[in-house]
Amino acid sequence: MSSFFELSLKGLQTGLRDSSFTSRELVTDALERIAKFEPHLHAFLYIESEPALRQADEADKRLASGDKQEFPLLGIPIAIKDVLTVEHMPATAGSKILEGFIPPYTATAVKRLQTAGAIVIGKTNTDEFAMGSSTENSAYGLTHNPWDKSRVPGGSSGGSAAAVAARLVPAALGTDTGGSVRQPASYCGVTGLKPTYGRVSRYGLIAFGSSLDCVGVFGRSAEDVAIIFEIMAGPDPSDATSSDTAVRTTKFEKQDLNGIRIGVPKEYFIEGMQAEVQEKIRAAISQLESLGAKIQDVSLAHTEYALPVYYILAPAEASANLARFDGMRYGPRVNANSLFEVFSKTRGEKFGSEVKRRIMLGTYALSAGYYDAYYGQAQKVRTLIKQDFETAFKEVDLIACPSTPRTAFEIGAHAGDPISMYLEDVFTLPASLAGVPGISFPAGFDELGLPIGMQLLAPEFREDLLLQTTHIYQQATEWHKQTPPTFDAEKI
Amino acid sequence: MAIKYEPVIGLEVHAQLQTKSKMFCSCAVVDSVSETPNNAVCPVCSGMPGTLPVVNQLAVEYGIRVALALECQVNPVSIFARKNYFYPDIPKGYQISQYEQPLAENGKLNIKIAEGQKTIRVRRVHLEEDTGKLTHLNGSSLIDLNRAGVPLLEIVSEPDMSSVEEARAYAEALRDILRYLEVNSGDMEKGVIRFEANISVRPEGTDVLNTRVEIKNLNSFRALERATAFEIQRQEKVLEAGGQVDQETLGWDEDNEKTYSQRSKEDAHDYRYFPDPDLPPLVVDKAWLERVTATLPELPRAKNQRFMEEYELTAYDAGVLTAEKAVAEYFEAALKKLPENISPKSLANWMTGDLFSLMNQADTTVADLKLSPEALAKLIGLVAKGEINQSTGKTVLVEMFSSGKSAAEIVEEGGLKQVSDEGFIADLVKQILGENPDAVESFKAGKETIINWLFGQVMKKAAGKANPNVVRAELDRQLKEA
Ligand SMILES: [Zn+2]
Repeated sequence: MSSFFELSLKGLQTGLRDSSFTSRELVTDALERIAKFEPHLHAFLYIESEPALRQADEADKRLASGDKQEFPLLGIPIAIKDVLTVEHMPATAGSKILEGFIPPYTATAVKRLQTAGAIVIGKTNTDEFAMGSSTENSAYGLTHNPWDKSRVPGGSSGGSAAAVAARLVPAALGTDTGGSVRQPASYCGVTGLKPTYGRVSRYGLIAFGSSLDCVGVFGRSAEDVAIIFEIMAGPDPSDATSSDTAVRTTKFEKQDLNGIRIGVPKEYFIEGMQAEVQEKIRAAISQLESLGAKIQDVSLAHTEYALPVYYILAPAEASANLARFDGMRYGPRVNANSLFEVFSKTRGEKFGSEVKRRIMLGTYALSAGYYDAYYGQAQKVRTLIKQDFETAFKEVDLIACPSTPRTAFEIGAHAGDPISMYLEDVFTLPASLAGVPGISFPAGFDELGLPIGMQLLAPEFREDLLLQTTHIYQQATEWHKQTPPTFDAEKI
Repeated sequence: MAIKYEPVIGLEVHAQLQTKSKMFCSCAVVDSVSETPNNAVCPVCSGMPGTLPVVNQLAVEYGIRVALALECQVNPVSIFARKNYFYPDIPKGYQISQYEQPLAENGKLNIKIAEGQKTIRVRRVHLEEDTGKLTHLNGSSLIDLNRAGVPLLEIVSEPDMSSVEEARAYAEALRDILRYLEVNSGDMEKGVIRFEANISVRPEGTDVLNTRVEIKNLNSFRALERATAFEIQRQEKVLEAGGQVDQETLGWDEDNEKTYSQRSKEDAHDYRYFPDPDLPPLVVDKAWLERVTATLPELPRAKNQRFMEEYELTAYDAGVLTAEKAVAEYFEAALKKLPENISPKSLANWMTGDLFSLMNQADTTVADLKLSPEALAKLIGLVAKGEINQSTGKTVLVEMFSSGKSAAEIVEEGGLKQVSDEGFIADLVKQILGENPDAVESFKAGKETIINWLFGQVMKKAAGKANPNVVRAELDRQLKEA
């Protein structure tokens, strides 16, 4: 039979249930592939071998006993971005300030997947505290893009995106605060979903921007992503911001897009973006049209303000969220002569420069005398951005646009220039501020063979529409089936 | 002529809400003194990464109770905010509090003062979480997070108090209300109520607003009183000497009875308050308000007033009997069982006199009494019916208090039943008069007070059980005939 890594999540579910193969075989294969490719990718910060194999054996017993109906993910290995906690596994958030920290609790999203039978095989690399767009800000070394080792996988969920792209795991969790699932999904040629804010519990997600943080999923197809998403979505009593709205189950029977209205915002086709990206996204939109969708222009007038608004609000929230890392209760402590020296030395030495930059930005934006001009004003503009989407979604069912202005950039390309790095996220930030769901999926390649991502956005809680539409597109195209050359060890 | 000054005082009161669990997690609220440190701590209240707060609805309800009792407007939507500062006793690096939209605003509390009563305006009432506790030991510091996250209600007054006495009266009235509402134990030694006083002084009769100072962490009425008095005097001296009072935050040195500077204006914290994105706005709808209003108990002042009017008690008795809700309830429960011909005043006398002094001696509270209100009522009934006399009644009460036995039982066992039989008493009187011819002579000579001594002799002979009225009547009769 073909190798496991060629199978989709759905294919793995079927194979395990048919007893075509065992979970032990599957997990062993995944661990072997990780051992083989990890030195070239560095997608993982922590790999769990023995316990994963033990869990695989447990899963096999259950599968054999027929006790499997309630465990849709029974025996399937997945990877978790290292900003989500998993009991007894290290949680670093890509930062030295959490080195050695082992949380005694599991994030709700992860817990639900484990309850469904999934085996967490490891924690993936991330920009420190999810602050970055390349995974270069990880304190534990950067991750390489499986399509081109000299390029970044995107970020901050670069480890998870790379792991799924390189077929090390069938699916992985990421988090998206300003594009941290959609942008790396785009750079790595995989399907990545950022759900509606509040759709998936944030409990156990090491906070960056609490009003923006979402737990998302990477998979090879909309169908695979839907399986994971629907298990982890839904209200959680431990997260007061999680929504009670019923989770809509995606219906995959539909073959065409008849009756679906898709808006194309002119603000997402801007000067300076890569010509091939524009070209391929236009082509993909035409394809959606040929599948039956009605395409029309829409305007999201405040798009250009999303970046400054985001870089006030997210750092403001982060400045408070990261105050708990003071060396007092967990993580390393740098000793000094006075209490405040302990605080400042610990934080000064253990936080990376991007994190410190954002703490400073956020602290400033909340300071007496500046609050109204920065934080207060940014909140008002955020409301306008939200209203843009509400207005647009009165006319259309979905919005289609590029996920990023360019394909994956070279490692170090934005070193020393944070603003140019921030610009990589211009197309993902507005949906984050509006709290609406978005998905990125492969829609072609540039001339260097780098994947180009298409982004679809939907009204709140309409992940089903995103997944269904993406699925219909993926039924008609082959882009998402392309595997990076690094997947073949000989070519590395 | 020297200028006379008057103080302007405002109080911030931090009251612990006696819920079972903490404000934002499910940890138990434990005794801060006796519990092993860090025994009631979880990932949420120890500020571990990725954890989230969830509001304790009962704490909100308690807050609403207080707000309504203080006649505040409860905001339909209030906002939790983060108050940011670094200290080892706040695990998250911020304290969750309320800032721009508090739970409730614009209330008032009437206090008793020498001239009658005075209304102190309440500016705001808001919810927040307590910090942990630091203990400094041999050059190192220990952190106990048992208290971190315990629900607190902050009640902020307007600067409406103009004397130390008023400040104390306000603080006590507030404590009484908190206890009546059963939201706070009122147990000051355990730090469940803490005060902060804002103080300035100004020339009497003016409405000048002078620089005010803030005294933090006053944990008893005494500390509040002493610190306030000290600070008023200090400021008066500064002003008299032509100086200026500096705006600063002061601490109170309990041992030396002095305030000391903790922070000057320049070092004032910028707390960078902003709405906590982890907590949606707190919505208190009409239905909730109505539900809480319906369960609101009668408050101390109203009860006091009613006791005076309905039961015709003196201001003193009404005050003592309503100071604690449990005492008032005991009184009214006993009253229900009291025979109709006995006045509430008589019950009040039994309680405020003998019963309270027994309780004081034994250092117990009404809640711990072995003696039920019904039992007390029965005892008083026995005395009223003449089955035992007043002084025997008091002896029986002592026995009831310590053993919990009923009055009837004690009377029966001790053979204490009062003797009213006139023949028997007449014999006793005759016997005593016969034994004391001198006394009878001096009575006849006009020394009528000797009758009291003779009365005592008769009662002694009767082992206290003789009906005193019958004894007196018989003494009168026989002496006149002698
Ligand atoms: Zn707790």
